[in-house]
Amino acid sequence: MTEIRAEMVANVWKVVAVEGDSVADGDTLVILESMKMEIPVLAEGSGKLARLAVAEGDVIQEGDLIAVIE
Amino acid sequence: MAGVPDSVLIANRGEIARRVIRTARRLGVRAIAVYSEADAGLPYVAEADEAVSIGPAPAKDSYLNVPAILAAAKQTGARSIHPGYGFLAESADFAQQVIDAGLTWIGPPPDAIDQMGDKIRARNLMQAAGVPVAAGTQDPVQDVDEALRRAETIGYPVMIKAAAGGGGIGMSVALDPEQLRKGFETARSRAERFFASPAILLERYISSARHVEIQILGLADGQVIALGERDCSVQRRHQKVAEETPSPGVSPELRERMFQAAIRAGEAVGYRGAGTVECLVDTQTGDFVFLEMNTRLQVEHPVTEMVTGIDLVEQQFLIADGLAANIPAQSFQPNGCALELRVYAEDPVRFLPSPGTITQWDEPAGPGVRVDAGYAAGNVVTPYYDPLLAKLVTHGATRDEALARAIQAVAGFAIAGLKTNLPFHVDLLNSAQFGSGDYDTSIVSHLRP
Repeated sequence: MTEIRAEMVANVWKVVAVEGDSVADGDTLVILESMKMEIPVLAEGSGKLARLAVAEGDVIQEGDLIAVIE
Repeated sequence: MAGVPDSVLIANRGEIARRVIRTARRLGVRAIAVYSEADAGLPYVAEADEAVSIGPAPAKDSYLNVPAILAAAKQTGARSIHPGYGFLAESADFAQQVIDAGLTWIGPPPDAIDQMGDKIRARNLMQAAGVPVAAGTQDPVQDVDEALRRAETIGYPVMIKAAAGGGGIGMSVALDPEQLRKGFETARSRAERFFASPAILLERYISSARHVEIQILGLADGQVIALGERDCSVQRRHQKVAEETPSPGVSPELRERMFQAAIRAGEAVGYRGAGTVECLVDTQTGDFVFLEMNTRLQVEHPVTEMVTGIDLVEQQFLIADGLAANIPAQSFQPNGCALELRVYAEDPVRFLPSPGTITQWDEPAGPGVRVDAGYAAGNVVTPYYDPLLAKLVTHGATRDEALARAIQAVAGFAIAGLKTNLPFHVDLLNSAQFGSGDYDTSIVSHLRP
């Protein structure tokens, strides 16, 4: 199981993946926005996207859970 | 000072709001700040004579919230509005609303903003005025197929740009049709999202170029003058990181040609106030092409102020009120060299945003050192706005002296609590390439491969 957490304070601009999807290492899961920059959050490893903990428009803090890959 | 409005509302935030307040104070003009909920603790709010809260943190609810800004002006009895840069600075519609409200707009005529705001229109207008432009599209590219057809005529590599864009957002280079397909879609979605316009243009990409821009002033009597160039070739993600004047890559002969073109550009749109004509200089051929015109004060305006002795914000105030500018004759002979380093809240390797709380903030000082900062210790840097924390500017009789002062000043700038790009500036200033002055817009990619 891999937990993917936020590296910085950001707004969730776009949720690209869907919970339950099979994802491959490097796939874009979510796109964050911080300081007028888009930051893609990528899958770290392949597997099933067991959980997607954010929704578009959320403000997330550094360390917040974004997704879980099993 | 007689003539200038007795009060100004600054429709902006951070370092530029503070910068405008400083000149307003010196001229005896009452300075009114506006701020979002996220910015209530910033120095510019405390330093203004009056400050009005205009809404929640997201820019669309505050710094882009025209009704709230105009209401703040009315409430405080502001007689004029200075837009700074970014946000509403290049909105012809906002400028017109300010004028219609009976206030003095400290910027160019709305029509000049409008004509230069669309990059396709601006390109066509400049070409007609005899200003060199790169080969490119003369109307918006509708879809990928058209883009591919047009690119064949223009010749690869091509630059893909949002016609309504700015700040490098949505820009990309395509070396072949494959990259063009990909870049076109990305550019279009970003253009819609950031600029509410899907119009895209293609331009021949110059593979080795310096980004050189000319500061112009359109005077109240209609005359347009050029006040020197700035070299802004140090960029990451098509955004400027460091600027200098004079440009080490521009000969006196080329400078004169660029000045004349910039003056023609300003005259073509009846420009008034401070503006910047951005050009690309092809390092292979030594020729230049028009890139775009920024119809506002530029972030990097301090380097021009350092070598000319002119306060550009003061000139904006004077010209907006129909007065003669305050420019001594010697300002046209730049005195020495100046360098600006943008201090960003971002990691110095990958340049990713790094919001956070500032626990320490100690600015350098000394001969030839100027710091325009938006923050102080204890402030929170939020993810809502751009990452610019401060501008560190140094001046010297020679480029070497300005550089040596910059190296010392960077070492003396202590910021803790979040990551900044100061370590990048150390690498930049000490690099052989920057030191030689012989660099182009690829310099950052060489320093951070």
